[in-house]
Order: sequence, then structure tokens, then C-alpha cells
Amino acid sequence: MKPRVILLNLAVAVVALIVLFPLLWMVSVSLMPTGEAANFPPPLIPSRITFDHYRDLFVSQGMGRYMGNSFALATLATILALGFTVPAGYAFAKLRFAGRERIFQMLVGALVIPAQIGTLPLFLMLKGMGLVNTYAGALVPWLASIFGLFLVRQYALSIPDEMLEAARIDGASEGQIFRRVVLPTLQPIIVTLGLFVFLGSWNDFLWPLIILTDQSNYTLPVALAALSREHVQDIEMMMAGSVLTVAPVLILFLALQRYYIRGMLAGSVKG
Amino acid sequence: MTDAPAAAAAAAAFAKPARRHGMGRRERAAWGFVAPALIAIAIFFVIPVVSALLLSLTDFDIYALADLDNLRFVGLRNYEQLLSNPLFWGAMKNTLWFSVLGVPLSIAASLAAAVILNARVVKWRPIWRVMFFAPYVTTLVATAVVWRYLLHTRYGVINWALQSVGLPAVDWLGQPETSIPAILMFVVWKIFGYNMLIFLAVLQTVPDDLYEAARIDGAGPWKQFRHVTLPAIAPTLLLVSIISVAGFFQLFAEPYVMTQGGPAQSTVTVLYFMYEEGFKWWNLGSASAVAFILFLCIFAVTMVQLWAARRMGAET
Repeated sequence: MKPRVILLNLAVAVVALIVLFPLLWMVSVSLMPTGEAANFPPPLIPSRITFDHYRDLFVSQGMGRYMGNSFALATLATILALGFTVPAGYAFAKLRFAGRERIFQMLVGALVIPAQIGTLPLFLMLKGMGLVNTYAGALVPWLASIFGLFLVRQYALSIPDEMLEAARIDGASEGQIFRRVVLPTLQPIIVTLGLFVFLGSWNDFLWPLIILTDQSNYTLPVALAALSREHVQDIEMMMAGSVLTVAPVLILFLALQRYYIRGMLAGSVKG
Repeated sequence: MTDAPAAAAAAAAFAKPARRHGMGRRERAAWGFVAPALIAIAIFFVIPVVSALLLSLTDFDIYALADLDNLRFVGLRNYEQLLSNPLFWGAMKNTLWFSVLGVPLSIAASLAAAVILNARVVKWRPIWRVMFFAPYVTTLVATAVVWRYLLHTRYGVINWALQSVGLPAVDWLGQPETSIPAILMFVVWKIFGYNMLIFLAVLQTVPDDLYEAARIDGAGPWKQFRHVTLPAIAPTLLLVSIISVAGFFQLFAEPYVMTQGGPAQSTVTVLYFMYEEGFKWWNLGSASAVAFILFLCIFAVTMVQLWAARRMGAET
């Protein structure tokens, strides 16, 4: 049995190295003096640590602006998505209304349609509304998350009906029940969905690339893609830009990983 | 958040029986809760998807963008032109290659990692689980930029590793034969943790007794995998492969950042083709036709997989 134990632990170590190496290399190169990474054999550790590239990105490449855009859009997307989907998900699970099952069936069916299909008409629609190159235009796809609605509904099904009935007998209105009874019980799934939306909006590329036409409105991924086309040779600066883009979401994920993984498994294994 | 007049209007439109009997307080509240989300889904999802089909039947281009009077209904002409366009077929072929290689490769990587992490003798399993998943949540554009340098012909770490064991350096992103495998290395690195977690969750439901019984019957690790693990995860395997195919059909940012579709158009995917057709050349009618063909392909592959699974289920 002993060789098997060693072999398995060795395999884990190898996978861990492959997974971590690109991220560690990114951080290491971002701290190297200009031009050091373009050597053979490629250096793994900076000969001297410098934060010049980070300063450069903020001072002359407008990184602060892009970061602000990304933060603002991801935060607003999270608030809006929760505001739209949480009450609806709860109602689909726990409140009776005419046509509920039929509408829900239709929504589940629509899950197979990739949102990319509607990209072009949505762009034209928003152009007609004057929302191209605005935050509002960038936020629109996050309002209509069928997946989010589905996730909240699955979770809300577990709320005991007796709890809601008791509140009704006490004379609470449906709005009060939602705020005082339902929202606290839904707290874990709200964190999960909020995290999904925040990371999704932060990492999104195709839609902001299309809808945010003016450079001052770029999000980090769009700015980074543009920057990497102009500054192919500046490996160290590109790595600093990548660190700034990846670090916030990676830290957020590590802090809330329980919520993320639980919600992900609930959304995919059961669905 | 809940707009009362809108909710009432929506209720009146959808819920005829309720109106007949008079709508209860609770039902009105329910409509207040669902109406904003349903209205948003209708306006920003249903209408665009339906319009995409209509748009694909028009010659919407840069002239129509300037003045709608230039818009004409052209029937299936966009589709005919696409099907006789070698660039479109090239994009289809590339996307097919990405999927044919990428789906089995990524699922194999996920499954291998899950089986390893499921072994009780491995230490610190919760930490590895989170670590292996971490690339999945990183920003695609940023890690694609990192991998572009890792794959660099002269200064890349991957070529350095190859050369240090005596293999020749490869111009990964610079030649059509290796550009797809090179991008796939990055994609598998980024996404394998997702399906790994799903497989792990299922593997943990397999009772230890089954492995114990197999071991007593003299089954080695491979036979245990073949006769205990594989049957247990078969339904999940199907689900995961369907989702993966849909994902690989929609590659866009990876070639956009790493190769810009090159070299020699070898990494232009269908979605990349749609982006260029729509937002570089402003042929929005034709681009919508591309989007629709992409959807039909994903739908068809899903149906075939479900059909194959049902047949296999009927045989065993």
C-alpha cells in the first residue's frame, strides 16, 4: 500500500505545481525590472524587486480608471441582479399565482439558449435607446438572469410553509414576510448568487468589448486586451496588469469559497 | 423594487382566471415579486433572441445602421452566402477541432484530478480542492495574456522545459498545426477544476463498501475504476459533456487575446467570426445568421448526446 500513497501524493503535488505555476510566474515577472523576462533561460525570480510597472500602469496607462469602472459595474450588477432575481425566485418557489408552473417550465426551457444569440439585436436595441457606451448598457444583461432565478427558487423551496403561515396569521403583509422571514433564511444563496454575478461581471469580456466603445469606459479585461495588443514586448508591465485584474476576484473567491462551491454544485448537479 | 402598476398590468395580461375570481392579496404580492424579473427577461433576453432570427433574414449592414430605409428582407440569402464562404467553413472546422480535442481532454483532466483527490490517503484534500478550482474564477483575458508569454517561442517557460529534457522548441502560437493545441493547454488549465468539483461531489456518494468488495474480489485500481467508479459517474459524465460541448462551441476571448484568430486563420472560432462579421464589418444580418447556426449546432449536439445516452441506457 505504501507506494500507492506516495504515488497519489506525488500526483497531487505535480497537479498543484501546474495549477499554481502560471499564477506565481505572473506575480514574479510583474516585479522584475523592464526587459528581464525576455531572456533565455527565462528567469523565475526577479533579480531586483521593483514596483515600477504598477506605478506606470496607474500613472500613464489609466489603470485606476479601468479598475474603478470594473468595480462600479460589478457592484451595480450584483445589486441589480439580486434585486430582480431574489424576490422572483422566492415567489416561484413559495407563492401561488396563475400560470406559475407554465412560466417556470418556459424559463427552464430557455436555459438551453446561449445568450450570445441575442447579442446583436440587443446591441441595436440599446443603440436605439442611446445606451451604447454607458454603464446602463453594460449592466442590462445582468438584469435578466434565468439561472439566478432558478438558483434562488431551488433554495427557497426548502423554506417551511408553516413559517410563512405563522407570519401571515400574525398579520404580516407579504412584503414584511419577505423582508423579515424570507430574506434572512435566503442569506447563504444571496451571498452565493451575489458572488457569481460579481465575478461574472468582473471577468466578462465579449459584452463590455462590444458595448463600451470609449476607452474611458473600458473595464479591466477590455483594457488589458487592448493594452496587450499595443505593448506585446512589455512582458513585465502586462504581468502587472494581469495581477491587478486577477487579484481582486481571486481574493474574493478565496474568502467566500464555501458559498461559491456549494452554490455551484447545487446549480449543476441537481439541475 | 416592486412596481405596483406594472405588476397589476402584468397580472391582468397573464392571469385571466385570477381576474375572474378576483385576485387575492397574496397573488397580487406574488406578481409584484416576479414581474420585474419577467419583464427584464422579456425585454433583454426573449425579444433579442427572437429578433436575432428576424435580423438574420435581412441585409442589415452599415448602411442600414445609418438609415433604416436601407434595410431589406432577403430571406435565406445570408445563410446561403455563409454556406458558400470558405472563411465561415474554416471557423466551423476550427471550432469543431477545439471541441473534439478539448471536451475529452478537459473531462479526462477533471476526472483524473477528482479520482486522485478522492483518495483518503491524500493529505490536505480541502486545500487542494480549492486550489485546483481557483484558475476557473480568474479573469480569462488576464490569464490568457499570461499563457501567451508562457507559450512564447524564445522566452517561454514551456519551451524552456521542453528543451531542458532534450526536446526541440515549438512555435506554439505561430504555426497553424500547434495553435489549437496550445490554446487548449491554457483552456484545460483554466476550466478543469469546475468539472473536477462536480465529479468529486458524485464520487463522495459512492459507498466505500463497493471498493472494499471489489478489492476482496481481487480488482486492481484500474478494474475498480472501470467497474465501480465509472458506472457511478456515468450520468454525470453525460451532463458534464453536454455542458462542455456548449462551452467549447463558444470560445472567443482565448483566440482574441492569444492569437487574434491567427496564424493563417487557424484559431478563428464561430463566435470570433460572428464578432468580426458583426462589429468589425457591421454585417449584422449575416452575423445574426452565424449566431443562429451556432445555436442550432449546440442544440443538435446536445440532442444527439441525449439520444446516445438513452440508447446506451436501454442496452445495459
